[in-house]
Amino acid sequence: MADHAKTPLLTVEHLSMRFGGLLAVNDLSMTAYRGDITALIGPNGAGKTTVFNCLTGFYKPTEGRITMHRNDGQEFLLERMDDFRITRNARVARTFQNIRLFGGMTVLENLMIAQHNPLMRASKQTIGGIFGIASFKRAEKEAVEKAEYWLEHINLTQRADDAAADLPYGDQRKLEIARAMCTGPELLCLDEPAAGLNPAESDELNKLLLFVRKECDTGILLIEHDMNVVMEISDHIVVLDYGVKIADGTADEVRSDPKVIAAYLGVEDEEVDAVEHEIEETAAEARP
Amino acid sequence: MAEATQTGTGAGGGLELAEIGKDLAITALLGAAIFGSTIAFKTETATGGLSLVLRFEEAFFVIAAVVIGRLILLLTVWRRPGGTDRTFVPQALQTRYTEFLAKTGKAFVPIVLLFAVVFPFLPFTDRYLLDLGILILTYVMLGWGLNIVVGLAGLLDLGYVAFYAVGAYSYALLAQYFGLSFWICLPLAGILAAFWGIILGFPVLRLRGDYLAIVTLAFGEIIRIVLLNWYEFTGGPDGLSGIPRPSFFGIPFKRGEGGFADFFGLDYSSIHRIIFLYFLILVLALITNFVTIRLRRLPIGRAWEALREDEIACRSLGLNTVSIKLTAFATGAMFAGFAGSFFATRQGFISPESFTFIESALILAIVVLGGMGSQIGVVIASVAMIGGFEIFREAEQYRMLIFGLAMVMIMIWRPRGLISTREPSIFLKEKKSVSADMVAQGEGH
Ligand SMILES: Nc1ncnc2c1ncn2[C@@H]1O[C@H](COP(=O)(O)OP(=O)(O)O)[C@@H](O)[C@H]1O
Ligand SMILES: [Mg+2]
Repeated sequence: MADHAKTPLLTVEHLSMRFGGLLAVNDLSMTAYRGDITALIGPNGAGKTTVFNCLTGFYKPTEGRITMHRNDGQEFLLERMDDFRITRNARVARTFQNIRLFGGMTVLENLMIAQHNPLMRASKQTIGGIFGIASFKRAEKEAVEKAEYWLEHINLTQRADDAAADLPYGDQRKLEIARAMCTGPELLCLDEPAAGLNPAESDELNKLLLFVRKECDTGILLIEHDMNVVMEISDHIVVLDYGVKIADGTADEVRSDPKVIAAYLGVEDEEVDAVEHEIEETAAEARP
Repeated sequence: MAEATQTGTGAGGGLELAEIGKDLAITALLGAAIFGSTIAFKTETATGGLSLVLRFEEAFFVIAAVVIGRLILLLTVWRRPGGTDRTFVPQALQTRYTEFLAKTGKAFVPIVLLFAVVFPFLPFTDRYLLDLGILILTYVMLGWGLNIVVGLAGLLDLGYVAFYAVGAYSYALLAQYFGLSFWICLPLAGILAAFWGIILGFPVLRLRGDYLAIVTLAFGEIIRIVLLNWYEFTGGPDGLSGIPRPSFFGIPFKRGEGGFADFFGLDYSSIHRIIFLYFLILVLALITNFVTIRLRRLPIGRAWEALREDEIACRSLGLNTVSIKLTAFATGAMFAGFAGSFFATRQGFISPESFTFIESALILAIVVLGGMGSQIGVVIASVAMIGGFEIFREAEQYRMLIFGLAMVMIMIWRPRGLISTREPSIFLKEKKSVSADMVAQGEGH
């Protein structure tokens, strides 16, 4: 079980999302704890992205309650908020399954846009900015420094002035995470960040996520369809299948859950034992 | 190889005879369909009604010209190693153009600016050229204003001329009913136009892409029709006349005592006022340019461009996209309002006829031709378009045809406009332009 000394960061209660006749998410309740990397896994089409879209305001859930408990004690009911307010006020940032960078803008510009709200305030809603007031210049300098800080951590300092669309795929993924971090989130939601990465890039990504958890006071909620990817870095795993939560616990608990194995392999219950054994073996090999 | 299978104009080596024959047959057929109906049959007013004149010979010659023209093109220009690139302009010309731009780019802007400043005093500048200069500068200003909405924020606005009209009528009506002077009305006209931009923006900016274009188009027409029909207030189709001319900061341009010439000890000449108008619009346009360049480097300008790139990503980063769109709309509208009040004071007379859709289309064409988001591109496009219009004035009814043809050619040659690279708004070590194929064009393009 997850460490219950930890306080909840995000609680999802009885979340349902219906598209016409399709119940994409069915009565999901889960909690992401402060300081944890929580993984939401499940086969393709299980409803993971839909959960994210509900959390970040892109969909209005059919039913349910989503509460963000910010570090300073404020609480936000996300299902009632506009998408941009969820990032701005509730401090939940996200990335997309299909990368959504500002391709025609430079890497640095991408990171500056993520700091739009504080910069806007510093520029006195543009009026002060036009006349170049000192406080705006200071804020802009700080924003560039913050961008540089993240560029260093994703090893892209050299490419700061290149168009984002020019970057290789793996770097685009990392840049999207850095951009989300520049909004100053307390919960970072990543939609299949490891998809399409080679093993070396995947390793780098894991390091980046562990760094975020350790240094930034930011909890992580991570979607992944390949469960082996998340096993080593997740503190807590929730498994979704056909919109229903089928397991919830630590990596080891989830790994050995027969329902999870069945969902992943599409096998009948009788065969589960055999498959379970197989997975144990491969997992043992994978461990150092 | 794959290119060997390419058919038609792109085929490598020699073109197959059969291919050419087929191509020409299709050309002739299309030609017959178009010119057969438009040229071969002509109606003429005869006594007691219309009579039909048959002109098969003329139609035949035109079709023959088209077919032969296509044959020549097939054998010369389009006969390239095929399959790789489907633009119609040789690559060498493209790269040479880019190199030319890179070399002259830095010096170009100051030279143009200098020329614009000394233009009224050049020996060959006469009243006609000065008027043309004013007209071009008006379009430069409008182009720069629309560039904020279309080029930066990526919102396709087909009703931009509505804000130009609001500006013009604001000045005319404020002057008529309250006797306010030009210098007070100028900012008011801008504010009113911006206000209308926001009013329009609220319902419209939730729409995406083509819908936005259609609604802005309709809005432009609505404003014009209201102006046309609200007879008591706007004078309807008669328009408003007797709009006060601008003064030189309080000193009127008039003959004799207290006039501009008298005050500065010059001989009176009607050209003084024209020169003054020229500099007025030059300054207004430069202010537009300066503010736009400034805004681009501020968070709001960067947000406009981000909006053009990806609206959903913007929202995920906490940007209030509705208010960002509204500011783009309002800022663009404000500059159109300034330009409108300038137009009113220059003409002394305005009527709804000056604010038809074709004006919106022309301004949009300037922005698109110049290269969306490029400031200097707008200048080049305005000079080319408005100047070109004048050069072909002789051609009368064919003017639009020539104009359309030129536009098509240029868009084939440079689909992203004359200046299509994007300058980043901020850089860490080195400023690198972003090439056009990476820059998104926003909605509805
Ligand atoms: N906007 C939508 N409209 C209709 N159906 C949708 C929509 N979004 C997702 N779905 C459906 O919901 C189910 C879950 O999709 P998704 O959340 O993308 O799965 P996952 O991310 O786990 O692969 C799928 O069957 C998908 O077709
Ligand atoms: Mg998904």
